[in-house]
Amino acid sequence: MPIQQICTVVEMTRLDASTWWMVLEVGKMVEQHALRGGQFLHIKCGDNQLLRRPISVAITQWDDPEDLATLIFEVRGEGTRWLSQRRTGDKLDVLGPLGNSFNVPGIEEDFAEIKERHYLLVGGGIGVPPLIMYGWSMPWPHTAVLGFRTKDKAFPAVVGRFQEACEETYLCTDDGTLGRRGFVDAQVREILTKDKTFTDILACGPKPMLKSVAKVATEFGVSCQVSMEERMGCGVGACLVCATPMKDGTMKHVCKDGPVFDAEEVDWDA
Amino acid sequence: MPERQKLHCEESEIIVGCAGNGQKLPQVFAPPEIPDISRIDMSVDLAGVTLKNPVVVASGTFGFGREYSRFFDLSELGGICCKGLTLHRREGNPPPRIAETPMGILNSVGLQNPGVDAFIAHELPFLRQHDVKVIANISGNSPEEYGIMCEKLSAAGADMIEVNISCPNVKAGGLAYGTRPDLAAEVTKLAKSHATVPVMVKLSPNVTDITEIAKAVADAGADALSLINTLRGMRIDVYTRRPILKMNTGGLSGPAVLPVAVRMVWEVASAVKLPILGMGGVSTGGDAAQLMLAGASAVAVGTALFADPYAPLKVRDGLSEIATTQGMNTVRELTSSVKPW
Repeated sequence: MPIQQICTVVEMTRLDASTWWMVLEVGKMVEQHALRGGQFLHIKCGDNQLLRRPISVAITQWDDPEDLATLIFEVRGEGTRWLSQRRTGDKLDVLGPLGNSFNVPGIEEDFAEIKERHYLLVGGGIGVPPLIMYGWSMPWPHTAVLGFRTKDKAFPAVVGRFQEACEETYLCTDDGTLGRRGFVDAQVREILTKDKTFTDILACGPKPMLKSVAKVATEFGVSCQVSMEERMGCGVGACLVCATPMKDGTMKHVCKDGPVFDAEEVDWDA
Repeated sequence: MPERQKLHCEESEIIVGCAGNGQKLPQVFAPPEIPDISRIDMSVDLAGVTLKNPVVVASGTFGFGREYSRFFDLSELGGICCKGLTLHRREGNPPPRIAETPMGILNSVGLQNPGVDAFIAHELPFLRQHDVKVIANISGNSPEEYGIMCEKLSAAGADMIEVNISCPNVKAGGLAYGTRPDLAAEVTKLAKSHATVPVMVKLSPNVTDITEIAKAVADAGADALSLINTLRGMRIDVYTRRPILKMNTGGLSGPAVLPVAVRMVWEVASAVKLPILGMGGVSTGGDAAQLMLAGASAVAVGTALFADPYAPLKVRDGLSEIATTQGMNTVRELTSSVKPW
């Protein structure tokens, strides 16, 4: 159930020229409204921007007096530029929690189910942070493949989270300045070829990356969930602008049906 | 891992956390305290349909009410113009479907909807659980389709039908009917002959003289008019040289279009006698009051919802504040009371 909440910025750290680590006090949105990593908050970015900006949630935690949510975002336009100019103590008008999150069986409710699962987390660029919680929340270590344009974009504050939680963290950069040179799908292919125990891929990143990861997943018969992006309006499922075409010819909406979709149902050629 | 909970409420849970019916809006967003706005009579009449207050939500911005019912009780509204319906299901246009512009947005959704039968079966019963007037919005590929839909929706119990002759985002029908007086009249006649509830025709601003269309539609028997639909517009990314919208052009809405809406409502109100549902860029009580002064009996709030889900309730309260502070007993006194120079 989404609510409108005035949130206070409690931490604002610049990761590089265009990327920010922002921690918000979100009332009891984690405890009472089940805000989870991979969902998004729809944030009003000043009076000059008519539309809110959907920002993915990287980390959530119960806390007192208010729960905390960490957002890691890139400045892409006027709205996110405004957001990047906020400082500790500033207030934000936030709608959330919105959207779904990766479908991972809960430990308490379905231990038998999760025990059968072996997850491969695949993130690209600014799509890496929404996966952080999934590395941490697994009852035993899983594996991560993280791709970046270049070494400077692989922030230790983000990558370190995976290295602490995952049994292995593979890094790839487009220019080869860190880890393997090339895209994540080649690394994913290599891992799946060697290790047949993986049952699930959770992927978040640019659409071309998701498309190629989905292709590899299909080849290896591994279930794959992808977190998608689209230009958004209301954020709650009413205005129907953030449409993403499905294989069966229908449209689903990133804000309400997503952002996480089963890779099998997405029309990758649309 | 936090326990997983259902994020989307089922019908039975709708009431939880809603802000309507005496429950307070979130404190920070509550309108400022003003003396006794409850005293004023907020009800209005729109072609024989009584709305408990003049604030309606605009078609295409509110779906079929389910999403925003998680924020407030739909019974707080005067009426709901439902997402535009077509005879058969439509998937709409490819994305991107939205672009932000100075004080406005362009959209090219393209009438995505489940079709009139699915609406009647699955959405109308939900809306009917609330004390709110349901205005079904329809678009046809031919005048005959408008007739069929009017028949079905009248029988199903819609309170009113809004005939969309002005959607800029579909190729067949849509805008074509709204820009030619003869076609607009033909569609209106057919809709009227098949509907047993009042028929309101939604006019396009993308014409040289909107009063010409308004007169044609009025002569053809329309019970009310709603205006304005979106203005056609375009935005281009100067680096990729691509339009932001996949359809290249789309419909402009938001505060940027308010003055156009006020002017057109004023012109139409001066030209025809029909009641008017005014819309276009309303985000405050003052905006709504302008449309009413220009001649509207009721107003619709649309794009403002995207920034603030509570916008329609704030518009309603702002409107009653304006009327109250001017010593009016009913909000209806605003309608057409502009004093032009």
